[in-house]
Amino acid sequence: MSAPTTPSRREFIKTGALVTGGLVIAFTMPGAKRYARAERTPPGPFVPNAFLRVGSDDSVTVLLPHSEMGQGIWTALPMLIAEELDADWSRVRVEHAPAAPAYAHTAFGMQMTGGSSSTWSEFDRCRQAGAMARAVLVAAAAQRFSVEPLACRTENGVVISGSKRARYGELAEAASKLPVPKTVPLKDPKDWRLIGKPTKRLDTPEKITGRAQFGMDVQFEGLLTAVVARPPVFGGKVKSLDDTKAKAIPGVRAVVRVPTGVAVVADHFWAAKLGRDALEIDWDLGPNAGLDSAAIREEFGRLAGTRGTTAAQAGDITGALAKAAKTIEADYAVPYLAHATMEPLNATVRIGPSKCEIWTGTQFQTVDQQVAAKITGLKPEQVEIHTTFLGGGFGRRATPTSDFVSEAVQVAKAANAPVKTVWTREDDMRGGYYRPAYLHRVRISLGSDGFPTAWQHAIVGQSITTGTPFQAFTVKNGIDSTSVEGVADSPYLKSVANHRVDLHSPKTGIPVLWWRSVGHSHNAFVMESLIDELAKAAGQDPLEYRRALLKGQSRHLAALNLVAEKANWGTPVPQGRARGIAVHESFGSYVAQVAEVSLEKNAIRVHRVVCAIDCGVAVNPETVRAQMESGIAFGLGAALHSRLSFKDGRLQQSNFHDYQVLRLNEMPVVEVHIVPSTEKMGGVGEPGVPPIAPAVANAVAALTGQRLRELPLTLPG
Amino acid sequence: MKLTVNGVEREVNAPSDMPLLWALRDLLGLTGTKFGCGIAQCGACTVHLDGTPRRSCVTPVSAAAGKKITTIEGLSSDGTHPVQRAWAELDVVQCGYCQSGQIMSAAALLAAKSNPTDADIDAAMSGNICRCGTYQRIRSAVHRAAELRTSA
Repeated sequence: MSAPTTPSRREFIKTGALVTGGLVIAFTMPGAKRYARAERTPPGPFVPNAFLRVGSDDSVTVLLPHSEMGQGIWTALPMLIAEELDADWSRVRVEHAPAAPAYAHTAFGMQMTGGSSSTWSEFDRCRQAGAMARAVLVAAAAQRFSVEPLACRTENGVVISGSKRARYGELAEAASKLPVPKTVPLKDPKDWRLIGKPTKRLDTPEKITGRAQFGMDVQFEGLLTAVVARPPVFGGKVKSLDDTKAKAIPGVRAVVRVPTGVAVVADHFWAAKLGRDALEIDWDLGPNAGLDSAAIREEFGRLAGTRGTTAAQAGDITGALAKAAKTIEADYAVPYLAHATMEPLNATVRIGPSKCEIWTGTQFQTVDQQVAAKITGLKPEQVEIHTTFLGGGFGRRATPTSDFVSEAVQVAKAANAPVKTVWTREDDMRGGYYRPAYLHRVRISLGSDGFPTAWQHAIVGQSITTGTPFQAFTVKNGIDSTSVEGVADSPYLKSVANHRVDLHSPKTGIPVLWWRSVGHSHNAFVMESLIDELAKAAGQDPLEYRRALLKGQSRHLAALNLVAEKANWGTPVPQGRARGIAVHESFGSYVAQVAEVSLEKNAIRVHRVVCAIDCGVAVNPETVRAQMESGIAFGLGAALHSRLSFKDGRLQQSNFHDYQVLRLNEMPVVEVHIVPSTEKMGGVGEPGVPPIAPAVANAVAALTGQRLRELPLTLPG
Repeated sequence: MKLTVNGVEREVNAPSDMPLLWALRDLLGLTGTKFGCGIAQCGACTVHLDGTPRRSCVTPVSAAAGKKITTIEGLSSDGTHPVQRAWAELDVVQCGYCQSGQIMSAAALLAAKSNPTDADIDAAMSGNICRCGTYQRIRSAVHRAAELRTSA
């Protein structure tokens, strides 16, 4: 997922979206109780700040300000705290923090997880939190030992001075009575013991035994389950309802109307689902009853031939194209995509007179809190959010409308009971908030040296942030930066004297959203495919061509050179195979990939992917590697298979049989190499995705001579 | 209706057409077995019936009566089944939602084939979707679990 990406991230900070000057570490410790958990730890007594507590049993409990959805921050953020705390890593426990202002994102100003930002945005705050706690524990030990704090050192959860030793647990009580310093110096990077060390995930024990709590797993006495009938077309409304048959199903407790449809509330999921299926509803389909993918594509094509809003320009594009001896013209297209997280959407809500409790896997706690407050008439601080593990996010659990949470609050309110609202897979796939379809139309002229002299680029597709609260940060002069990221700011384009990028943001009635790597998910496919097209037209090697165009772009080049070396670029490939290369910056990280492909009948088979990343300091290299593997698998499924389409207003896909994603038998061997780097930190959750589709498309072109300009990649015949 | 789950006989008051998945989750509180698709396309709900892997989302609870049902909670008492040890060793999990099903499929594969080839793994595990794309580690971990089983 992402909220705003690189350019707009800076905008956030510049406009001061709740971020002022230096780092502020909240001292308030919200009255948090983690929802049922096997390894529940005793509280405090030493609570130096909102991010950790030290128990008398030597445990260090980290309150995680971001949501764990697979990306590994359950481990990486505690590493930051433990590094400065000199904690005994084996005693570190983790909980999701409650929803509270103390946990607002240090750059985005609200409690949220997205934009591949958790680690870089917490790098200072979490280390400070650990360092503060350590300073107080040292002060407590110094008092006990009757020495100066400077005479003490810390190691593995113990304060040591000469022959005297005290464990953190022994000092916790005394430390809780001492003042906490506002700032303390941080370690010199050369003294890091944890940061940079491949570290195993802390959530593995729960996740391999079935004990991990996802939103779907929330259960308590008196909790009912709801399944909701939603209109078959976006924007539809209930015209008439007959719920007689639904109410006759054993276990069904109530049928209630909510703004999004009709909810059947029952003792358990199965009764609720049977009840939902038995509802007889006559729908007013509304204005989107004619939605049709072919018509949308046609309209996008028409728009691409007209002037849009200019996102970037330099020189004289019209003059340069008119003079060109050699031009390349191409249309590229990508479809609507579903996130299809393994855990279908769900949220559990219990509304009381003075508080509303929500259990769910969410990326947007602050938004959920505000939306739930509005529906219930409570204050935001009266909405308690218990963040569970997320069974995947990819952006779907970060809706600016808070769709699945607000609906669950509506259901619990209408049913006047605690209710878990569960989406079936079909509900989840048909529920909207897709990666938007895009069409790119490009015209590029080449000079006699084979390099581009003019580059005209039209992008057509829905804006995902217009009309949301994010608009203020992402839309400037009619340009949604998430639509053009990776094109308008492309380093390739900067090297072209005459260029223009136009954007069209048509409305279609289809709800759209960020999908892992956002605009980069289509823009990198287009740009990196085009560069290969140009290299071919110029008769140059794709790697050398990139190196020439990216001259001076040291981080792009570092990733590109490392991947080329590790993939043995330029050496012979096995018979029937070919390699393709791509490099792309997103979310502050630079990722290059080489894919090795063959054809099995007419199907594209990806055997091996070599990946290099420069993300700055790699806090947990094991997480970086895992996220590159993950991004490649996620992007490859979309590159080879995934596609949503509409006819007569209805989505034509419903489940994993007709919305295909990558499966194990198609997983290539992935090798990840990390560029040793102390450059500015970027993210790792998303940047692995963008280069894979073009790397594969480029390999297919090298193998077959056929340039595939649409996703999913399909060979004709 | 009586069900034998993880070696314990349990009484459930379930309609006979209720999928075993929902009897386990909503009636018996065993939430380790996951709901992913409801049509046997993703494998998140995999359990063992008399040692054979089954998609519990399409298995009527009545069809499980009289059989030995094993869920992720009953695979081992302490997370030390060779498959679980291999999963931990290779840091397989990410979001974790599909992993109960992955582990149950892998455990069934190893019970049937003590030293599976990559082709065996493809055949046994491609019905289990992981959107985090942990497939490479799953493959390595199945091989590792095979070693752990024979060396144990």
